[in-house]
Amino acid sequence: MDPRLNIIDKRLENIKRIVAVSGGKGGIGKSSVASILALCLSEKYKVGLLDLDFYGPSSHVILGIPTCNPCLTGRQASGRKDVYPKEEKGILPPEIYPPTSRRAGGIKFMSIIYYAKDNPLAIRGVDISNAIIELLAITRWDKLDFLIIDMPPGIGDATLDIIRFLKRAEFLVIATSSKVVLETVKKTIRMLKETGVSILGVIENMKFKDSLFIKEAINQFDVRLLGEIGFDKNVEDCIGDKEKLLTSRFAQDIKEIILDYF
Amino acid sequence: MHEWALAEAVVSTALEESKKEGLKEITKIKLKIGELQQIDIDTFKFVLNEVIQPQNPMIKKAKIELETERGILKCRVCEHKWAFKEMLKKLDEEESESIHFIPEMSHIYMRCPKCKSPDFEIVQGRGVWIDSIEGEK
Ligand SMILES: Nc1ncnc2c1ncn2[C@@H]1O[C@H](COP(=O)(O)OP(=O)(O)O)[C@@H](O)[C@H]1O
Ligand SMILES: [Mg+2]
Ligand SMILES: [Zn+2]
Repeated sequence: MDPRLNIIDKRLENIKRIVAVSGGKGGIGKSSVASILALCLSEKYKVGLLDLDFYGPSSHVILGIPTCNPCLTGRQASGRKDVYPKEEKGILPPEIYPPTSRRAGGIKFMSIIYYAKDNPLAIRGVDISNAIIELLAITRWDKLDFLIIDMPPGIGDATLDIIRFLKRAEFLVIATSSKVVLETVKKTIRMLKETGVSILGVIENMKFKDSLFIKEAINQFDVRLLGEIGFDKNVEDCIGDKEKLLTSRFAQDIKEIILDYF
Repeated sequence: MHEWALAEAVVSTALEESKKEGLKEITKIKLKIGELQQIDIDTFKFVLNEVIQPQNPMIKKAKIELETERGILKCRVCEHKWAFKEMLKKLDEEESESIHFIPEMSHIYMRCPKCKSPDFEIVQGRGVWIDSIEGEK
């Protein structure tokens, strides 16, 4: 018997809502939406961010989080504010955006990156699944209003594990205004509906011209289009800088979606 | 001390299982402790025996047996088999700590000693495993 499976629910019991940001393809903005959504929500809410994309972890890059273990590298002295999970009856995800008088929430961040560093991780599905279970079983989340999960592309191990272990997760599906992307988005939605998990809705990302085909296709599945995020040519210059990200067009578009649906 | 989290997981699973089996009391739990996770056995035992067990009548008197399971790895490319112990010596503190938290990180910090492939299987000795739970109905 695997003792870890049983404890996962307990590790997540202090979390009000779990939102898994997914989509059938890579490069459509899952990590950007997950990270910036976490940033925007943290103005009002206590937020956790969990990066489950083990092949291409990105949330720490988007939010500019240095993630070495300061105790071991001694890099603290050089002025880098590295964060690393504390060990206390499990592991505690570090705070990466501490609350201030203007921001109520804060963001607790967990990722494989603390342990993998910037090394390539060549592992197979069973090992991915095992590592996900380990992370879920030993991470002790504080009281949170939202846990945002940055998912890998596709409907493989991570998606199946979230469906298996995080029964109350709500899926937020990212699409772009592309017929190629739409094809896999439809499959993702079909699979999610079949398994009976809850779908929060779809966000159409990188929108750069008027078109209705995503909206129409999604309506056929009885799923909501929550809104659009325009193609923001300035977002690249904001990567790694939380304050800049918060003032971007991208963040403005996300905030509108938050007002309506969160 | 994430040994605590693992000990909690063991007890939580044992209690759930005993409920399923209709046990009145758990008398024995047999655990395998895989080498890759490099658990601090004293801490793990302390948390189980001194902290969690006394708090829970169902499991208070249970004998918890721990058996260490050797870490064995097998290359999927050249089929070479080797022991985790041989490799542990070559890892630095940070690397072995990463494997301690997430044993799958071994695919980053270890390679097949024969063909250098990261594509190996953890045949046995990954982490904590419950072999059996015994009790009285
Ligand atoms: N709305 C947008 N406008 C401009 N660039 C975007 C937008 N959304 C995402 N990007 C860019 O697209 C690239 C891929 O985004 P990312 O969030 O990593 O996708 P995924 O996680 O789905 O692979 C990144 O360089 C990101 O900055
Ligand atoms: Mg991504
Ligand atoms: Zn080999």
